[in-house]
Amino acid sequence: MRIHILRMIGEAGSGHPGGSLSAVEILVSLYFRVLRVKPGEPDWSDRDRFILSKGHAAPALYACLAERGYFDPAELLTLRRTGSRLQGHPDRTLTPGVEASTGSLGQGLSLAVGMALAGQLDGASWRVFTLLGDGESQEGQVWEAAMAAAHYRLENLTAFLDHNRLQIDGPVTEVLSPEPVAEKWEAFGWRVLAVDGHDPAAIIEACRSPAGGRPTMIVAETVKGKGVSYMEGRAEWHGKAPDAGQLAQALAELRA
Amino acid sequence: MSAGWRPPGGESGLVMGASTREAYGDALVELGRERPEVVVLDADLSASTQTRKFARVFPERFFNAGIAEQNMVGMAAGLALAGKLPFASSFAVFLPGRCYDQVRLAICYQDLAVKLVATHGGITVGEDGASHQALEDLALARALPNLTVLVPADAVEARQATLAAADWPGPVYLRLGRPAVPALFEDGHRLVIGRAQTLLEGADVTLAACGIMLSRALDAAAELAAEGVSAAVMNVSTLKPLDTVALVEAARRTGALVTAEEHSVIGGLGSAVAEVLAEHYPVPVIRVGVEDRFGKSGPPGELMEHFGLTATAIARAARQALARKR
Repeated sequence: MRIHILRMIGEAGSGHPGGSLSAVEILVSLYFRVLRVKPGEPDWSDRDRFILSKGHAAPALYACLAERGYFDPAELLTLRRTGSRLQGHPDRTLTPGVEASTGSLGQGLSLAVGMALAGQLDGASWRVFTLLGDGESQEGQVWEAAMAAAHYRLENLTAFLDHNRLQIDGPVTEVLSPEPVAEKWEAFGWRVLAVDGHDPAAIIEACRSPAGGRPTMIVAETVKGKGVSYMEGRAEWHGKAPDAGQLAQALAELRA
Repeated sequence: MSAGWRPPGGESGLVMGASTREAYGDALVELGRERPEVVVLDADLSASTQTRKFARVFPERFFNAGIAEQNMVGMAAGLALAGKLPFASSFAVFLPGRCYDQVRLAICYQDLAVKLVATHGGITVGEDGASHQALEDLALARALPNLTVLVPADAVEARQATLAAADWPGPVYLRLGRPAVPALFEDGHRLVIGRAQTLLEGADVTLAACGIMLSRALDAAAELAAEGVSAAVMNVSTLKPLDTVALVEAARRTGALVTAEEHSVIGGLGSAVAEVLAEHYPVPVIRVGVEDRFGKSGPPGELMEHFGLTATAIARAARQALARKR
């Protein structure tokens, strides 16, 4: 997955490695162990839904979808090219398996709330999952949606917070602190769980625990740029592609 | 001449009917009975937008988003993604203004069949003043790809627009008004999305209007007729996709147009008509609307006079257009 992500962004010459790498275990755990989906039938009506609210982590989502069988992994290297189905940010009208078009931060949770409302209205068994960034939580719409999810008791909704603590302009707490995040989500009426966001077993267990009439927020402690020594914990790798030498070093580290 | 509308009965002889928002509320209930997938969202204005009528009959399919328009639009998109047919309502200042990026990305970019129905368009909001008077919503809506933009002229047409929006495969922005407006159309009137309708034939100038200004245009035509000027009146209830064929034909036949709308002269019907004719059949076009400024408090009738949204203003513009033609 990480090798895919770095090769895609390196080939495209632009993209967001940091927040893609921090979300890898969350996405892999969801798509390979949690979500009920049929990659050969992306529109299967009883599927679980996942929305990547932090749309700039699109390379991670695409790599995951390809590995899960939604499309040929060979297509991954077309990322961001003219005519590619793999847009810079997710486009549901182009890419098999992408449930919602995102990229303007703060919107995905509202979409997930709407989907979960529809599922609740129909008495459906499918669930809705979404992944937000911690910087993204600065958007007011996130908290509008948080209120709505609790108000409508959407226990079929599970959100992840990719708590990597960095955004473009620097540490999240220095730019505009959303902390304490867990307490905020609890105060908004959510069930809040904390996991190591790089521990698949913990992520899967959290997803499977019963919700008890409330929406669930899983605060996943992660490292931005995880897996690449010179990217880990460095805000400047939010939205920058590695050059050829950097890419080679990163791939060597990941293959070691 | 189109069937289905009532000719003005003498000097300003139009009979008042219901408001377009009231017709919307009734049409929603009608739709709710016929189509179980219809869901309705509002942002704490359900009494004003009239979605409360639906909420009372179908409480399980009504979702109040509270005073949170951005989330309301996102929820509507999510409901549509899961197979529902959402109508989301607020005032036209807030929808699309307060949630423009959400309308842009979640609704239009995803090309979802969400119906955005904004009431209280224009200055006829009245006493609440400029903060609540949308004069730029049509400009915002027109600029978005995939979005169909409708402005019905009376209650009958507002019902038609609501039903037509439900049947339309993509996103729709439907702009309604607060006040009671003259009843122009018979119950059998059909609104066909993308089609302008000529209500009065005329040879000298075409008055193209939408919304509340259509009745003013009919009055202006009567005023002009008394002076021997033959004015056609066209109802352009679909601003997008614009009926370019009908507009070019009107330009060809009458050689001059006046547009009339309860909106800024920037970006609405006037701009749309001027853009099309400049490219396809240039003739004099004069736009009647609110000149590049905000509204203000006052009784709706007085404000319409104050901002020049009157039959007299349309007739004056028609004379100017005729003069340029010669």
